[in-house]
Amino acid sequence: MAEVDIKNYNINFGPQHPAAHGVLRLILELDGEVVERADPHIGLLHRGTEKLIENKTYLQAIPYFDRLDYVSPMNQEHAFCLAIEKLIGLEVPERGQYIRVLYAEIGRILNHIMNVTAHGMDVGALTPILWGFEERELLMEFYERVCGARLHANYFRPGGVHQDLPEGLADDILRWCDHFPGTMDDIETLVTENRIFKQRNVDIGKVTAEECYALGFTGAMLRGSNIPWDLRKAQPYDAYNDMDFDVVVGKNGDCYDRFVLRIEEMYQSIKIIRQCIEKMPGGDVLSADHTVTPPRRASIKTSMEALIQHFKLYTEGFKVPEGEVYAAVEAPKGEFGVYLVSDGSNKPYRCKIRSPGYAHLQAMDHVARGHMLADIPALMGSFDIVFGEVDR
Amino acid sequence: MSNQDTLNEMGQVIVKILENEVHEYVVANGELTITARSDKIVSILTTLRDEAIFKFVQLTDICGVDYPERRKRFDVVYHILSLKHNIRVRIKTQADDENPIPSVVGVFPCANWYEREVWDMYGVMFDGHPDLRRLLTDYGFQGHPLRRDFPLSGYVELRYSEEEKRVVYEPVNLQQEFRDFDFMSPWEGAKYILPEAEPDAKGQEDSIWQK
Repeated sequence: MAEVDIKNYNINFGPQHPAAHGVLRLILELDGEVVERADPHIGLLHRGTEKLIENKTYLQAIPYFDRLDYVSPMNQEHAFCLAIEKLIGLEVPERGQYIRVLYAEIGRILNHIMNVTAHGMDVGALTPILWGFEERELLMEFYERVCGARLHANYFRPGGVHQDLPEGLADDILRWCDHFPGTMDDIETLVTENRIFKQRNVDIGKVTAEECYALGFTGAMLRGSNIPWDLRKAQPYDAYNDMDFDVVVGKNGDCYDRFVLRIEEMYQSIKIIRQCIEKMPGGDVLSADHTVTPPRRASIKTSMEALIQHFKLYTEGFKVPEGEVYAAVEAPKGEFGVYLVSDGSNKPYRCKIRSPGYAHLQAMDHVARGHMLADIPALMGSFDIVFGEVDR
Repeated sequence: MSNQDTLNEMGQVIVKILENEVHEYVVANGELTITARSDKIVSILTTLRDEAIFKFVQLTDICGVDYPERRKRFDVVYHILSLKHNIRVRIKTQADDENPIPSVVGVFPCANWYEREVWDMYGVMFDGHPDLRRLLTDYGFQGHPLRRDFPLSGYVELRYSEEEKRVVYEPVNLQQEFRDFDFMSPWEGAKYILPEAEPDAKGQEDSIWQK
């Protein structure tokens, strides 16, 4: 038989693909079924968030952060509020800090439920995502009860949170904490030890510790490769110092370890949520510094000055002293940072958003090389990519 | 958490070891900022990554900031993190839109997309970058959207044309005037000439009071 000249084959993965987790155009160069090169084309969801923030006051900019990683909205707001507070030098009352930690952890569970179950779906297990979404719906109800919105919360504010927890909410969250491990057990019996799931994930997408540093991995991706680094422990912000929890690490740095690690992190989050509610101090939830925070509703009804202050704050906004800060939080996906430059006016001069998914997706080319085409969805699932934050 | 003294100490050590590459260090808001020469950035980052007293093994972010009034109008800001010492350092260099600055992809592979983004958004060129394409904007996009002189609305908008059966680009046509309020206190006074204060104020004849 004559020799045939075999050429590598290029395929377009996405932009409309159920396993692309949004709008990713991934160009794959294939040699048979083996990936030779992966070139992610991102930006299909680019909305110019950073440009918009430069044209809005600080308070108007907070809702944009909900729309970045829309799977865990409040964690992003957290970073932005911390950055503003750092620039102004604003203290958050203790109760405000506890509520923030409580909701940051609810956000983490929201994200991890989405991730582990969608990861299961990517490799063929459809049931977990249906069970998982039921739990997410309950958590979003807690979001709704505290701020009125299921997703786009706009609840964290510079100086604390917008309003106090309504009556009975804390008890309902505790009741949910008792019931949730049962669902997790059900999900785990379906996938964790499942033969097919393991075949698709064990030893897939292995990254060593050195590679993790070079590729800029953070969060679960870093911990999956046995590096115990968690910003909640290393550089604690808000009330994380008072919380007792463990940093979970993986051993092999493959997709399977990251999956198991995220499940374990949910249990740690529940532990933190319980502690938050049990230790929750009384008092204000928002700083009493009224140059930054609005006066309370009751005083607006009786005091003219309070009314003027309220009006000025929501039209002109507050001014932030000149300077630059970088504030980072341990968002569920990794280190979410905000680099904020202020020129002393009521609008940010520059607000750079450092999203974890961006660095993870960038590593796709490096990690995917030599893997089979069918491993790409598993990789994507374990990278935990949401395009709202990658494209910004 | 790194406190003021450790940051000062670290700043002094960095300035001492890299005295030819680094201008100065500042500690503000509990963060260490170093200003450096942009042409030496590769050796700075290599030293900071490899020396045992630094071990800044992770590049957190690279971003641009635009100051149009300056001669070298852009700041390129590098954020690095040392997991060993639990310290972050910010390195600031200056650049303009004509002379490229060295790429650091060789030091930190993850700089690849960050530098592409800075090129895309600000038009800062990186010398030695393996693949300096646009990243976030559309294929065939013109201009650098995060520059201060780029309008918020952009220059073109797109729609699907039923006649041509494809997406067409058209100049931006705002249905409503773009509103930009400055919310300045009336007693602070505006820094620009207010429209009604000008002698031949336009819009007088179509004012509703004259009809």
